[in-house]
Amino acid sequence: MTPLLKVEALSKSYGAHLGCADVNFTLWPGEVMGIVGESGSGKSTLLNCLAGHMQPDTGRVIFDTRDHGPRDTVTMPTPERRWLARTDWAFVHQNPRDGLRMNVSAGGNVGERLMAVGARHYGDIRAQAEDWLGRVEIDARRMDDRPRAFSGGMQQRLQIARNLVTGPRLVFMDEPTGGLDVSVQARLLDLLRGLVQRLGLSAVIVTHDLAVVRLLADRLMVMKDGRVVEQGLTDQVLDDPQHAYTQLLVSSVL
Amino acid sequence: MTQYNFAYLDEATKRMLRRAILKAVAIPGYQVPFSSREMPMPYGWGTGGVQVTAACLVPEDTLKVIDQGADDTTNAVSIRKFFARVAQVATTEATSAASVIQTRHRIPETLLQEGQILVFQVPIPEPLRFLEPRETETRTMHALEDYGLMQVRLYEDIARHGEIARAYAYPVRVEGRYIMDPSPIPKFDNPKLDNSAALQLFGAGRECRIYAVPPYTRVESLDFDDYPFTATKAAGQCCAICAAADSYLDEVITDDAGGRMFVCSDTDYCATRVAAQAEDAA
Amino acid sequence: MIEISEVGKRFVLHNQGGAVLPVMEGASLTVAPGECMALVGASGAGKSTLMRMIWGNYRCDEGSIRVAGVELCKAEPRAVIALRRQSLGYVSQFLRVIPRVPTVQIVAEPLLAQGVGEDMALARAHAMLARLNIPQRLWGLSPTTFSGGEQQRVNIARGFIHDWPVMLLDEPTASLDAANRAVVLELITQAKARGAGILGIFHDAEARAAVCEREVDVTRFTPARGEA
Repeated sequence: MTPLLKVEALSKSYGAHLGCADVNFTLWPGEVMGIVGESGSGKSTLLNCLAGHMQPDTGRVIFDTRDHGPRDTVTMPTPERRWLARTDWAFVHQNPRDGLRMNVSAGGNVGERLMAVGARHYGDIRAQAEDWLGRVEIDARRMDDRPRAFSGGMQQRLQIARNLVTGPRLVFMDEPTGGLDVSVQARLLDLLRGLVQRLGLSAVIVTHDLAVVRLLADRLMVMKDGRVVEQGLTDQVLDDPQHAYTQLLVSSVL
Repeated sequence: MTQYNFAYLDEATKRMLRRAILKAVAIPGYQVPFSSREMPMPYGWGTGGVQVTAACLVPEDTLKVIDQGADDTTNAVSIRKFFARVAQVATTEATSAASVIQTRHRIPETLLQEGQILVFQVPIPEPLRFLEPRETETRTMHALEDYGLMQVRLYEDIARHGEIARAYAYPVRVEGRYIMDPSPIPKFDNPKLDNSAALQLFGAGRECRIYAVPPYTRVESLDFDDYPFTATKAAGQCCAICAAADSYLDEVITDDAGGRMFVCSDTDYCATRVAAQAEDAA
Repeated sequence: MIEISEVGKRFVLHNQGGAVLPVMEGASLTVAPGECMALVGASGAGKSTLMRMIWGNYRCDEGSIRVAGVELCKAEPRAVIALRRQSLGYVSQFLRVIPRVPTVQIVAEPLLAQGVGEDMALARAHAMLARLNIPQRLWGLSPTTFSGGEQQRVNIARGFIHDWPVMLLDEPTASLDAANRAVVLELITQAKARGAGILGIFHDAEARAAVCEREVDVTRFTPARGEA
């Protein structure tokens, strides 16, 4: 089996300030990896470098593309990287406003990725959008409403539908449950877990919420000051933390 | 008028414009930036079209200028007189007699021929402008053919109105590559852009952009498979003057009691038909 | 099915002055197919620690732990994940679930994770819940509000839904009434009959006597206190 994502010696600095340094890991198909760490630990920088939103200073991010096998997404031409971003990759932002078009209807939001890869049949696009709205538990009657009229939880679910409609193989999530009420978080987690399992998705989830990774992630990476201090099986890292920082993090949970 | 260089602009400026035009012709549908000059007319009155026309004109040219299809409206008359004075070129109202036609918001009904140049006045050259306000981003989208958003706009129209509700400035795809704003021509005229024998040039003065559709270029109006593009005009109406059923019609209000008539927007086409009918009758 | 040899484990508490707590050394045991072995020993002797090292959520510092032919000591996460999906079942004392997920889904999940069809998985979950006397009206509800005994039975249903070749049972009969305890013992007996290797912790001596062939006292793997 070929790894879906292989990250080698990835580093990114902002001038003198370190973003993340010397990150290495391999993600296999169907695996969900969590990245935890406090604010400023470099986890979002890392995620943005992985998803092609940011150019790392050094290192390789090798993704197993559908058509051409493993390719370094750092050095690949921008059009190819953008193509990946709207086909094989998905990116769920913490704030749905960053990931949705707020002045486009829910149906249009879901349909955009389909149209971006060439779908030109209105009826088919609409049927697929409706199907996906159903899967994220949004009433089909809200299809022509704009996301402005939706609650935060609905917006986040819409963002997920919009991302998953093209059948991506790798989903990047940046604090997907941040900013939501606890009850809404649980529903979203349940939904994400079901989708990940049913679709066999691989995912990289950045969060500072250990409960989120406990429920969603198979594996866990702990970052501090731009470096990975510990990684392993999620329950092993959480139940038997080895590094001083991880022990502190785990023992700090209320 | 010896105070002015031929066709008003100095030769260096015309050379700059011609370079931009050549580049535009080489990359059909691509918006080429150019250094737009102050012209003796306000923005929005065709400064882009006038500069392109000035760069194209040679003394042997015959110029026709139309505004919304008409040769006799203020804008058309002013621009025609302007070039008659500063370039001393012949002018005409007959589409078939013109070598250069500057137009605002119409394509003539008479089929254009090889060797003719049609110059469009363009207010907003960027078809993605109202979908994505950042020019840096729209340029990237063009570069990467990232056109899903344009289709989303059409999707939204159908979802809201049951059809693609754009009657003019209907977006097109040029030679299967760039998405282009055809200027605010009615979508009735869109099919005339396709595979035209004439060279079609587009000038946006305020926005400093020139783009082009070379002769015999494929120009497709965007649509959905199940909601195909249709070129529409006033349904079921004929021209009240020449009885044409195949031309684009203007609605003219004739009194305060709701009276109205539909007439050809292309005045030359209408007049030519009326003359031919008179000849037949005689 | 489970082969453990010379396993050692210590905790290093970085936030408490780097204190080192050795909790296990020289642990060795073997569980054969069709056999149920009980871990015994005083509370704190390391029964749960050893179970967790086999399950993989405690790191093994030295020695070797082989489960269904897979070496778990210092194994890659994906090896452990694959083992848990296919071969290793675990009935813990605590039910850990996402709020809102219906009981029947929780029970069916190990089957779904293996790619069993939804209808089939749910049918088997229904049968298992019925067998463990969970009233049908509760199947569609989240177990978060269930009583301790009901939660434990949901956990058992989930643990026995798949015919794992190797199973770890942590107090499977605790907080159960006599009838349900009998059902659980029957499930264990059936698992042994199909050849599963089982390692368990049973405080309930009667239950232990009923299903276990052998016992291992983990006290002999406990390092002498104060050594570190």
